[in-house]
Amino acid sequence: MKKVVFAFLFLFSSFPIFSQGILGGRVTGNFQMDFQASRQDSVIGAEKINEKVLMNAFTNILYTNGDFTMGMRFEAYLNPILGFDKQYKGAGLAYRFASYKKDFLEITAGNYYEQFGNGLIFRSYEERNLGLDNAMDGLRIVARPFEGVAIKGIIGKQRYYWEDIWASDDFGLVRGLDAEISLNSLIKKMNNSPLQLILGGSFVSVYNKQDDRFVIDPISGDSYKMNMPENIGSAAARVAISYKAFNLNAEYAKKGEDPNAVNGYIFRKGEAAYITAGYSVKGFGVNVAAKRIDNMSFKSRRSETGNMLNVNYLPALTAQHTYSLFAMYPYATQVNGEMGIQADIMYKIKKKTFLGGKYGMDLKLNYSRATSLDKNMVNKNPAGNYEGTLGYESSFFKMGDELYFEEINFEVNKKLSNNYKLLLMYSYQTFNPIAIGHYGEEFVYANVFAADLTQKIGKRNSLRYELQLLFTEQNYGSWALGNWLQATMEFNLKGNFFASATDQWNYGNKVGEKVHYYNFSIGYTIGTTRIQLSYGKQREGIICIGGVCRMVPASNGLFATITSSF
Amino acid sequence: MKRSFLFFALFVFCFSFLYSQDEKQNAKLPSVVVKTLDQKQINSNEFSNDGKPFVVCFWATWCKPCLAELSAMAELYSSLQEETGIKIYAVSIDDARTVSKVKPLINSRDWEFEVILDENSELRRAMGVNNPPHTFIIGSNGEILWQHVGYAVGDEEAMIEEYKKIAKEK
Repeated sequence: MKKVVFAFLFLFSSFPIFSQGILGGRVTGNFQMDFQASRQDSVIGAEKINEKVLMNAFTNILYTNGDFTMGMRFEAYLNPILGFDKQYKGAGLAYRFASYKKDFLEITAGNYYEQFGNGLIFRSYEERNLGLDNAMDGLRIVARPFEGVAIKGIIGKQRYYWEDIWASDDFGLVRGLDAEISLNSLIKKMNNSPLQLILGGSFVSVYNKQDDRFVIDPISGDSYKMNMPENIGSAAARVAISYKAFNLNAEYAKKGEDPNAVNGYIFRKGEAAYITAGYSVKGFGVNVAAKRIDNMSFKSRRSETGNMLNVNYLPALTAQHTYSLFAMYPYATQVNGEMGIQADIMYKIKKKTFLGGKYGMDLKLNYSRATSLDKNMVNKNPAGNYEGTLGYESSFFKMGDELYFEEINFEVNKKLSNNYKLLLMYSYQTFNPIAIGHYGEEFVYANVFAADLTQKIGKRNSLRYELQLLFTEQNYGSWALGNWLQATMEFNLKGNFFASATDQWNYGNKVGEKVHYYNFSIGYTIGTTRIQLSYGKQREGIICIGGVCRMVPASNGLFATITSSF
Repeated sequence: MKRSFLFFALFVFCFSFLYSQDEKQNAKLPSVVVKTLDQKQINSNEFSNDGKPFVVCFWATWCKPCLAELSAMAELYSSLQEETGIKIYAVSIDDARTVSKVKPLINSRDWEFEVILDENSELRRAMGVNNPPHTFIIGSNGEILWQHVGYAVGDEEAMIEEYKKIAKEK
């Protein structure tokens, strides 16, 4: 605690110096504070909280002076708001770094975020609203010796809540190297070629200390010690090609033996392939994507499950929805194995045509499907499971029989007149609860609709009306029970003030009470500061960003947020 | 714990106060390597507009208010460009999951902004952006002269007014 106070005093006393410019540098940053007060509500499953108010807060402060940058982030979770891991409880400097650029080199000491290629073997990032942060702590060097060439080297350990990661051997050391070359920048002849070619490759290895793990034959009592690898290596190669209206992006990654808690301690090597291809011209765009993920959980601690200590990032190939009923059934990448495809078609109907009208009309079609891998299991070990074995065999191009998730959705965006804009959206989803770890439950099939109308009133005021409907015969979990209707009305005044009222109504609930999850919000924005106050009920559910999900428990009460940048 | 919370609140408060007192010291556009739509690397300190101020706007394909903002700005863009010489850098923070949708979206909507890919949110962090949309007006010398978070209908007009004012001063 004393340390925190000192850090404050230090920061505090140094502000006047910075802001007066004596040191010639500049200070920027941001902060966010969330407050939550929730009371017990047995109908919706909101549990009793011992604290009157829960709070999450952070502030980033960056100091830049020429080629030198220094920054820190103070975080406080007193106590963490609902849905955040309790292990976040506490306060302190969670992130601090200094970095210097000289000629073609950039050196960062302390914490940093970084990504190699698509992140299949390495991505360090944060998703603040999910409580996800796998910031590296260590050293990073980036070299750009020629135009079009970037070489990155990283070493360090990953954040684990407030744990002193360097004090314990429990947290693995992550090392990596990445190179990317743009042939068009490097080779003079190709400078103006319409064919753009970028190549990249990376290596990442994690050192985990040896820990003993045994397979015990329950009949004979014999025990077999697993030969745990201390170093887990991985490599990836990628290419990005663009030619006129076409573009292609492909990456293939391979990971060495990595028996761990997520894959059930099997010794099969990991593999991932991710390819996207697009074609787009004025008024029309297509994008298709495919991926194969095979035993690719990559963490810097063998025994870790859950969202922390991820070394890599495996994007989900499904639409990322913002309307809440469309996001009722979430999908997250199955790191142990999945095949996925996705296609997007976007088209603009021109102005002054029958359908396009005065302003034109934007159409969007999206399809996605994720299935299991085609797996042939190997023989079990003497204990009757697959620990210590190669697990399974699988052919690269074959999709498995089990569907995890499938969706088709269609969106229309149309400006009706100077004052009205309309968005219509429809989605048909098939959701297999196995995708979020719930076995033996039936598939959910849902039709979801949304209509969103914005009305401009005068120059700077507007009203927004939103209606969402979800129809399903199935019940899932303790919240996705039958049909839903959601209506929202939002008023914006002069771009500063807003007020909104929402009712999410589980009118088709045949199991329990047909709950109205109402919510009232008001907010005020001035420049870069935004204050928002909400009161109402929040249904239990799962929110997902970028393919990573977090369970949000039900709550009933007040929520306040302040964000600002400076 | 309570004490550290108090300190935190006090600190944030005083800091924003102190800083807002000092208007001469504008922060500069940071130097971060991001990518163009063709995956070519570009340093953010190379963003420029022939000696005129320009706009940097953070957005994502999954962010509804961002799309509303960009589409409102797109309607005015070409006539505004003729009138004022404005240039808008639309910085997408889409990550590996959705970044491949950026190009078809931009082209299909026929948006003419300079599109930048900030796949791991490096520029976003360096510019203190909490959530998209977040819009900046950058002076010809790279100084951040104005910024705004969120989008409400009509915000684009306010931004344009501000841009014209800044362009005139220079």
